[in-house]
Amino acid sequence: MADASPPTSPDAATEIAAAFVLPAARLADLVTALRMEGYAVHGPMVRDAAIVLGPLADAVALPHGWTTRQSPGGYRLERRTDAAVFGFTHGADSWKKLLHPPRVRLWSAERQGADFVVHEDAPAPAKLALFGVRGCDLRAIAAQDKVLLHGPYPDAEYAARRAEAFIVAADCAEPSGTCFCVSMGTGPSARAGFDLALAELDPHGDAHRFLVRIGSPRGGAVAAQLDLAPAAGADIAAAAALADIAAANMGRAMDKDAARALLPAQRESAHWQDVAQRCLTCANCTMVCPTCFCTTVEDTSDLSGDIAERWRQWDSCFTFEFSHVVGATVRESASARYRHWITHKLSAWYEQFGESGCVGCGRCITWCPVGIDITAEVAALQDLSQRDPR
Amino acid sequence: MSDNRKTLAVWKFASCDGCQLSLLDCEDEFLTLADTIRIANFTEASSAVIAGPYDLSLVEGSITTTHDAERIREIRAQSRSLITIGACATAGGIQALRNFADVEEFRRVVYARPDYIETLATSTPIAQHVKVDFELRGCPIDKRQLLEVLSAFVHRRRPVVRADSVCTECKRRGTACVMVAQAQPCMGPVTHSGCGAICPAYGRACYGCFGPMESPNAEALIAGWQRHGTGEPDVVRAFRTFNAGAAAFRNASEKHGA
Repeated sequence: MADASPPTSPDAATEIAAAFVLPAARLADLVTALRMEGYAVHGPMVRDAAIVLGPLADAVALPHGWTTRQSPGGYRLERRTDAAVFGFTHGADSWKKLLHPPRVRLWSAERQGADFVVHEDAPAPAKLALFGVRGCDLRAIAAQDKVLLHGPYPDAEYAARRAEAFIVAADCAEPSGTCFCVSMGTGPSARAGFDLALAELDPHGDAHRFLVRIGSPRGGAVAAQLDLAPAAGADIAAAAALADIAAANMGRAMDKDAARALLPAQRESAHWQDVAQRCLTCANCTMVCPTCFCTTVEDTSDLSGDIAERWRQWDSCFTFEFSHVVGATVRESASARYRHWITHKLSAWYEQFGESGCVGCGRCITWCPVGIDITAEVAALQDLSQRDPR
Repeated sequence: MSDNRKTLAVWKFASCDGCQLSLLDCEDEFLTLADTIRIANFTEASSAVIAGPYDLSLVEGSITTTHDAERIREIRAQSRSLITIGACATAGGIQALRNFADVEEFRRVVYARPDYIETLATSTPIAQHVKVDFELRGCPIDKRQLLEVLSAFVHRRRPVVRADSVCTECKRRGTACVMVAQAQPCMGPVTHSGCGAICPAYGRACYGCFGPMESPNAEALIAGWQRHGTGEPDVVRAFRTFNAGAAAFRNASEKHGA
């Protein structure tokens, strides 16, 4: 059984012991070093007209020279004029799919005569390296740690995947049109919860390089293998300047404190009906959200009746099944379902977990097929409440 | 062989036989199936027919003639449980396009001897004629889901068949949304899951083969397509396929079509 506490706690402030420089041409060495350490390295790559996360055999597979243009309900993969590797924000999925997988068999049972035996599916040993984790996603992982590791019932599957996960963070230099990490206090730079953090500098020419910050002893050991040159003060300043520019260029903004108070107060607002007109109740927002953790359990038996299995898979508060209790679904209307989701995410999450459930990544905005924008819905409710204060 | 197996009959109405073939396509599981259930009447598989009544009838196809409207009542009367399989049986199928057209005109134009043709003006789902215990969606149905429904029937439990959107399957599968990333007019957000989100995994928008999901909002989806430049004729075509007769899809196509 893996140790339930991850080696890198994203809640703890990380001392930046040192910073080094990795020439872009040597990025492959970092991937190789991780592979040599026995990690299955996963990172961004171009697939399905999008940037998605997949197993990285080498650094060549990374999205060199690609970016994305994002808007509510819109995502376009585009060529950059430079060779930036992290010249995009995030893609169609999140690290959740690796740490909290979409579908897992929990156990099976087999009939033996008049009795039966249960085979528990021990979590598969995983030694994952997550390559290119953004500031918002570090905080999303920390949020899932709170729910799935640090609660009264730690999740064995998550714990097994999380315990050894090596995190290579990547600072954002160019936010997308749906980003609002600054509002949520989670980005654009990696602050804590990583083993190594990369900041990409000068992707235009021969000086293309990465500033490498060390976030853990384990990260330091991997960096040491690469025999990197120490970073000059100018490089550290350049990375900080890029972060400042990124912070000033957020696509969206949200007043998170206002949202926290507003949503419970606006429970009866007519605005929920307005959202319901537009909402597909398709569940995409929850599936792409890097903090949404809900699952459902399915029990099946085979034809012979000799084998039974229990599977767990991602569920969503937008499905009927989710709030189905004896004989009926509690939240039948789209308005009730959207209200439940956004209220939990931005308000009730504080009561449960002491923080907002939103990290400002903007995935729910981009990947909503009809572009419902969580920041715009909050703003609309704020507007209405100011006009008609209760 | 002492036989306490439950008996199964498979019936065909207006349909292409594809859903029945899904049963035959169970190849690996078929022997277990035959051990568990007595296949009493399945003429596509065997000409040996055992007379009813039957514990379970699987019904494929829609009702398009007065004769079939009678026949389904007889089948219901001799079936303890009746499960419909496929878009024809659950929504009227592609042949429900006739519901939007003048069948009398078809008869005159298509057939040399129109007087030989006796047909109803509509293609309707089985549930519009008799009580149905469970409807399995799809054009064709999914073989895994069919086995699940049969297993659930045999072991008297509720089948694990979700009614949420195809999007949930795309996301669990890890497919990037073709509507958001490629501006394709995808039916996934209003379509019942069950196929495993096959088409988007191959870069093609969902066709809606499994019919409306549990809470379809077709108008919101169409508004989204229109922002990507989808015109009204394409909207109507998208909603008028295998599940054209399903209420949510029919309402959408009638609102946006002639």
